[in-house]
Amino acid sequence: MTVVQNHTEPEAATQPAVSINDLRISFSTDAEPVQAVDGVTLHVQPGEVLAIVGESGSGKTVTAKSILGLLPDNATVSGAVVLEGNDVVQLSASQLRQVRGRDVAMVFQEASTALNPVFTVGWQIAEGLRAHGKYSKKQARERAVEILGTVGIPDPEKRVDHYPHQFSGGQKQCVVIAMALALGSQVIVADEPTTALDVTVQAEILDLLRRVRDDFGRAIVLITHNMGVVADLADRVAVMYHGKVVEEAAVRDLFANPQHEYTQHLLGAVPRLGAQRVYRPAPVASTGEPVTPVVEARDLQIVYPGRLGRSGFHAVKDVNFTIAPGEVLGLVGESGSGKTTIGRAIVGLTRATGGSLSVLGHEMVGFNERAFRPLRSRVGFVFQDPATSFNPLLTVGEAIAEPLLIHGLAEDAAGAKQKVQALLDAVHLPTHYAQRYPHELSGGQRQRASLARALALDPELLVADEPTSALDVSVQARVLEVFSELQERLGFATLFISHDLAVVGMLADHIGVLYRGQLVEHGTGEQVLTDPQHPYTQRLLASVPVPDPVEQRQRREALAAHRAAGDEVQQPL
Amino acid sequence: MSVPTHDIPPASGAESGADPVAHGEAAEREPRWKRLPVVWQRRRSVGLQRGMLIAGLLLCAMFVLMAVLAPLIAPYGFNQLSDAEGNFPRQAAPSAQFWWGTTVGGYDVFSRVIWGAQTAVLTVLLAVLASIFLGIALGLISGYLGGWLDRILVTIADAIYAFPSLLLAIVVSIVISGGESGFMSGILAAALSITVVFVPQYFRVVRAETVRLKAEPFVESTRVLGASTPRILSRHVLRNATRSLPLIITLNASEAILTLAGLGFLGFGINPTAAAEWGYDLNRAISDVAGGIWWTGVFPGAAIVLLVLGITLVGESLNDLSDPRLRMRRRPTRLPRKTAAAMKGAA
Repeated sequence: MTVVQNHTEPEAATQPAVSINDLRISFSTDAEPVQAVDGVTLHVQPGEVLAIVGESGSGKTVTAKSILGLLPDNATVSGAVVLEGNDVVQLSASQLRQVRGRDVAMVFQEASTALNPVFTVGWQIAEGLRAHGKYSKKQARERAVEILGTVGIPDPEKRVDHYPHQFSGGQKQCVVIAMALALGSQVIVADEPTTALDVTVQAEILDLLRRVRDDFGRAIVLITHNMGVVADLADRVAVMYHGKVVEEAAVRDLFANPQHEYTQHLLGAVPRLGAQRVYRPAPVASTGEPVTPVVEARDLQIVYPGRLGRSGFHAVKDVNFTIAPGEVLGLVGESGSGKTTIGRAIVGLTRATGGSLSVLGHEMVGFNERAFRPLRSRVGFVFQDPATSFNPLLTVGEAIAEPLLIHGLAEDAAGAKQKVQALLDAVHLPTHYAQRYPHELSGGQRQRASLARALALDPELLVADEPTSALDVSVQARVLEVFSELQERLGFATLFISHDLAVVGMLADHIGVLYRGQLVEHGTGEQVLTDPQHPYTQRLLASVPVPDPVEQRQRREALAAHRAAGDEVQQPL
Repeated sequence: MSVPTHDIPPASGAESGADPVAHGEAAEREPRWKRLPVVWQRRRSVGLQRGMLIAGLLLCAMFVLMAVLAPLIAPYGFNQLSDAEGNFPRQAAPSAQFWWGTTVGGYDVFSRVIWGAQTAVLTVLLAVLASIFLGIALGLISGYLGGWLDRILVTIADAIYAFPSLLLAIVVSIVISGGESGFMSGILAAALSITVVFVPQYFRVVRAETVRLKAEPFVESTRVLGASTPRILSRHVLRNATRSLPLIITLNASEAILTLAGLGFLGFGINPTAAAEWGYDLNRAISDVAGGIWWTGVFPGAAIVLLVLGITLVGESLNDLSDPRLRMRRRPTRLPRKTAAAMKGAA
């Protein structure tokens, strides 16, 4: 093999836990076969975390799944994946079954789908144990209790009989990791283990994985696109691009001195906390006169009706904020904090139920669709997932022309053509993209087209609901750039909803932090990011992993101290 | 300090910043007819699935040709009992004059089977068309508007499901035709009675799709733009909700044939003097079976089986082909497995 392992650690001589040698995987599709992995060679030592990073489609997940032999039928594999002396590529189905669990286990992105909802977690752990060894029912249960305690599930004797839905998302992920530990797998493949989790929970899972490495000496193959997570957990990093490993280095070297052009670009695109744009005073502040705000929420309540006989769910409680013309308000919070609900209420997709929410002077509490319709041309909305926010049967041009046709600004598609081209131009898409169908555009291009559609009617207010969370880091940077350029030029007010503090910090004049439906902190971007007042905001900021291994280590220790200091924010407010 | 020592691929592969070029454009857009439902699937198919689809299509094409060219192919009319040489014999065995023999009533079996294709194809076409229009319209409105209208329609659809479909078809055919029927009115009665049975199926499928699409961001985004309900339904929901219909159409068409044959067999179909109908002929052939007269039953029976088989084959293979997980694909040429053996030795 041409690859020489340059390991500083003395254990480099020991046998690697996994060796991937010249792995090539191609998928047969309707068109040409797709080469997903092209000659990848990687080695993971016991007690080491190897992070594989790359954007979607770079082949990182496929590489990791090949370690478990979990490839679909239409895959053709060559090369070798050696695990405990077995080449997984060559194993038969029954041999693979032996290897899975015993030698290698997988932690999936969505813990809720990896656990069977109709069995207790104790049963599911025991199931794995009994598949690989002789355990009596009682022994298996004891082992399950023990391992649940190890991963930090409180009260494991009782919790072992609980069903998956009785655990929180982070705890479910802990249970999945516990299952892998119980079987004694030497290698754990973690495919985006924290992507679906909130940032505060993410920090806990990363701590657990670190313990799995340090206390149990297991090897972890970590797949992620989050460079902060990499900096926090990984020992070594392999950067994949178009099915090839373009760079492999120890984590500090990679962040300090990236060699490959793509790695440099990737690291450059990661939004960093505190690296916000030059602060621009909101236009209102300069005049001193009170300007009618575009959006004004006073004690806003949003309650989702409950089932018959049950009280409803209070998604938003007593929220107050205003958005002045031309101002960008960033709304951050964890999932379930009510941020999306507020955005949807502003455009009338969800009903506001109490208090007052005034949008362009129109009261949205108890609103009437017919009365609000004329105002709709003054409000734009950008959705989270660019894949589903376009009608797949209309061309991009037709989709962008749609608002013009609806509001009678153009007679037909031909009449709207000029405006559509101007809009595409504004979001830096080639004008001939108007003839393309949405699936022919990449995610970032589609999201820019979505921005063009939202801006077609020159709105005074734009609501952007997590517009970049479905995109890769490098693409996200481009979309944000286009957005902030247009915002500066056209001066529309924006409600920017995101769970990513760094992204919000880059764009927003003001930031509101939502926690369980309440606005716990509200201030200018600088205030909130540099001098947070509320303990929840402090914890949130401390939990965000920064893409710098040295700094992240300090932050981690600070977070641990902060957590030890008080757990008051864990309790509902 | 560890430096990556393995060779780094040329940097040209890592173009910066810009989004990856969408691959759709490379395969320049195909002409419209090539993207039509059945044509598209045929071009995608391989192996057994392709065989099934093509066999089904051939069988269907054969029957459609039979129906269209019936006046040219059939030597006699469907209700012809005599020619210049006098009355036809009854229950005559296959011969040069009567290729597949004659029935107890003195009809030529071959001609009846050919003309029967016309009746069957026409009935299926009418039934499918009527149920599609009704089913789609009701499904769209019911699914999108929801509320009490939706509940009532769903309940009615469920109630219709609960009836044995043939019984329902009998009742409707009696109501429509009053028991007597000519060619067109007979076909219409049969088609409409089949429609009543099948509307709930289309309704269900379109409604389910509509309910799903209603929550899709692209429909919501149109709502945010302020589009009216009819515009949302016609431009954004309808075309996306009908994707699975070609499949249901083929599956229902085969059921429609069976229902038509069942009606005819039970005597609620079309008079033998008004049109040829396979189910009726089968009914008349029951008594022949004991007498060793096989030709009166086998040929109409085989016609029913083959047509149903043909349509079902098309439907089933469309089902498999439109699902990417079930669709078979050509395997790529094998990659060299050079390292595998070497690694094994090393380990």
